Amino acid sequence: MTSGGIRPGSIKRAVAAIALIALTMFGGVALANPQPGQLNMTRGASTWSPEAYFLNNVAFGVCVVIGILVFGAMFIAMFRFRKSRGAVAEKWSHNTTLEIVWTTIPVIILIVLAYLATGGLRTFADTTGSEMTVKVTGYQWKWRYDYVDYKGKAIEKVGFMSRLDRESDDTRQLNSGLDPNAVKVGDENTYLLNVDKPLVVPVGTKIRFVITAGDVIHSWWVPALGWKMDAIPGIVNAAWTNITEPGVYRGQCAELCGQDHGFMPIVVKALPKPEFEKWLAEQEAAANPPPAQPAAPAPASTAAAPKTADVDAPVSQGHQG
Amino acid sequence: MAHAATHDDHHHDDHHGAPSNFFVRWCMSTNHKDIGTLYLVFSLLMFFIGGSFAMVIRAELFKPGMQLVQPYFFNEMTTMHALVMIFGAVMPAFVGLGNWMIPLMIGAPDMALPRMNNLSFWILPFAFALLLSTLFLPGGGPAGGWTMYPPLSLQGDSVAYVVFAVHLMGISSIMGAINIIATILNMRAPGMDLLKMPVFVWSWLITAFLLIAVMPVLAGAVTMLLTDKYFGTSFFNAAGGGDPVLFQHIFWFFGHPEVYIMILPAFGLVSEIIPTFARKPIFGYKAMVFAIASIAFLSFIVWAHHMFAVGLPLGGEIFFMYATMLIAVPTGVKVFNWVSTMWGGSMTFETPMLFAIAFVILFTIGGFSGLMLALAPADFQYHDTYFVVAHFHYVLVTGAIFAIIAGTYYWLPKWTGHMYSETWGKIHFWNSVIWVNVLFFPQHFLGLAGMPRRIPDYNVAFANFNMISSIGGFLFGASQLIFLGVIIHAVWFSKKKAPDRVWEGAKGLEWTVPSPAPYHTFDVPPVIHDDELAHGHLDD
Repeated sequence: MTSGGIRPGSIKRAVAAIALIALTMFGGVALANPQPGQLNMTRGASTWSPEAYFLNNVAFGVCVVIGILVFGAMFIAMFRFRKSRGAVAEKWSHNTTLEIVWTTIPVIILIVLAYLATGGLRTFADTTGSEMTVKVTGYQWKWRYDYVDYKGKAIEKVGFMSRLDRESDDTRQLNSGLDPNAVKVGDENTYLLNVDKPLVVPVGTKIRFVITAGDVIHSWWVPALGWKMDAIPGIVNAAWTNITEPGVYRGQCAELCGQDHGFMPIVVKALPKPEFEKWLAEQEAAANPPPAQPAAPAPASTAAAPKTADVDAPVSQGHQG
Repeated sequence: MAHAATHDDHHHDDHHGAPSNFFVRWCMSTNHKDIGTLYLVFSLLMFFIGGSFAMVIRAELFKPGMQLVQPYFFNEMTTMHALVMIFGAVMPAFVGLGNWMIPLMIGAPDMALPRMNNLSFWILPFAFALLLSTLFLPGGGPAGGWTMYPPLSLQGDSVAYVVFAVHLMGISSIMGAINIIATILNMRAPGMDLLKMPVFVWSWLITAFLLIAVMPVLAGAVTMLLTDKYFGTSFFNAAGGGDPVLFQHIFWFFGHPEVYIMILPAFGLVSEIIPTFARKPIFGYKAMVFAIASIAFLSFIVWAHHMFAVGLPLGGEIFFMYATMLIAVPTGVKVFNWVSTMWGGSMTFETPMLFAIAFVILFTIGGFSGLMLALAPADFQYHDTYFVVAHFHYVLVTGAIFAIIAGTYYWLPKWTGHMYSETWGKIHFWNSVIWVNVLFFPQHFLGLAGMPRRIPDYNVAFANFNMISSIGGFLFGASQLIFLGVIIHAVWFSKKKAPDRVWEGAKGLEWTVPSPAPYHTFDVPPVIHDDELAHGHLDD
């Protein structure tokens, strides 16, 4: 079937065939946030996230095929070569040809997978050409977002803390008596996946994230973007995304960071560019009042945050170099 | 059976039987069989303690919302579950099996260093008393994960206890490993060439070298944690010029070989059991040994695949991804060889064989998810989710622990002199194999759907699979009580005498001594007949 050419294209077709057979496995792909009964990874909503999804599906397909062959052989052996069926044990314990074949074929499969994966890694590592920079800082147990620049223009003093929404926080207390099923925004259950203030970003824009932490290691993960990146105190990591569809994308901290590790979600609200620009202008205006007025105190959360001087200038790529 | 050595043993028995004083026999023992038993009993105890922590975890995760424990205690449970299962249950179980069986399999009268053998066991109860005592102390037990990543792990109040306990476990493991290497290299009976040794012995020889190589690295890492916490150093403190990621590199340089320390002896066990019940020599004996050695070598150059999300440079990601994928080749060879051993055999399906076959299938599923995890771009999604939890439980529970259980059933008649109840063994098997899959398979879906690991509560989208997983967990846990019952029955109550060669197709020196194995065996080295060895003639 795919033996004619081991090209990404033919593998894609093979995957499509598997998808048809196992539709349920792919039922949730159109939806970026976790769905009840979801069986497979999300395709995501960014230009890069299909890389992870595609690789996941190819690797899964390869495993299924190998699994059918190996387990099939095992079950045939268990059926045919039973003593109760009168099977007499043979004496051989070698077959050099066979051993060479089953060493070589996996190597070829691995080379194909490695080729596909390397492509995805290279595009992910390339954070150049971004039109916007957001600094993400993990704290126990909340996230801080600072808008650094947009379309080559520095943004002054737009930044805020983002923490678990009140309704989830009340519900998640031990024996709160509140029903997690009742925590909803519209029809969507948002228990432990909603925040007081989401990160607002534009679609169709390559956004560079510079990610660090203030206390312990956290990890910033929104499945719809296709990756997670650790937020490490003293280190600035870089990653990027380019969201294709407007929407609200939910994620969580993915590195154990203490007692409330499970209660510091991430919400990314992707807006069409004009709406985003309007939102950003409002934020800037609020943060930078006209000079006539006495300087308004920054929001408490901003004041409490450690200095952000290290990203005011264009940030070096940290460990990404 | 017909060896002069065994008759000799019998003669010696009158003079050198086990001491009758309980304390002298068990606490001061230098006998490899008694120390092996101590290790195995200790490991079983830890298996149930670690399992009870898992029950707390699964109970809290039974449905969304916090019902039973505070989040911090939940983190203590996940941390302690891992530490107890890895260092308390799996590793001592393999050391116990090695202690009992290696001298019997190579025709040695005992371990090379019997007094050190006693010490390396008796350190362990103290190490775990220290570790477990933290749960009852103000400030609680370690809650930063078994990986102990700083700065989080340094926030705990139990750092000194944990570090000291890990030091003790490490010393115990290193001494055990030295003993095994010394025994295998020096104490083989004449004619037991290295390439005639059972695969289990080979797997332990290689594992012992891994242990000696990496346990000191772990000791170094945790010592740096200790000095960072109490002596003002800044190895891992960015504010003092240190690097939190450095710890992860050191830890996983230990941690990845550690993964293979827990699976290579399992490969060895399964390579003994399948040929016995297929009544056919192991397929590709030399390839099996070479595959184990290759996997051991590769384990040293893949550590950063645990760290794909820390922001490695592109070249690092690529190198560790390729190196990790390579492991699939020798692992594949092993699986293919086990299947080929079964092919053309004359199989029966006693309990050890059932567990060994389940091992091959379910370990392979764990290997498949391992291959998926090796692909770094996909790992950006999988990393630190329940997909990883499912993966390593497939390789550790249905891998390592199923192999240990298989080995226990396989040699229990040799140890006790009585047959265990085959019916109850099979009941134990079918319950285990069904519920362990109900427990862990849905966790793949949870991880793919986006559920992070180590969280005490979750969105309702994850509710259905978590409930299924918890039900599987409770029943798998309960099934292990059957195992306990089968062992107790076989040791004290079974009336059915075991023959010397317990299994029809069993080959190897351990089946030439009486059942139960006398207190001293092979005082006079046995004569090795190649036909009697498990892997047939090498020149075929």
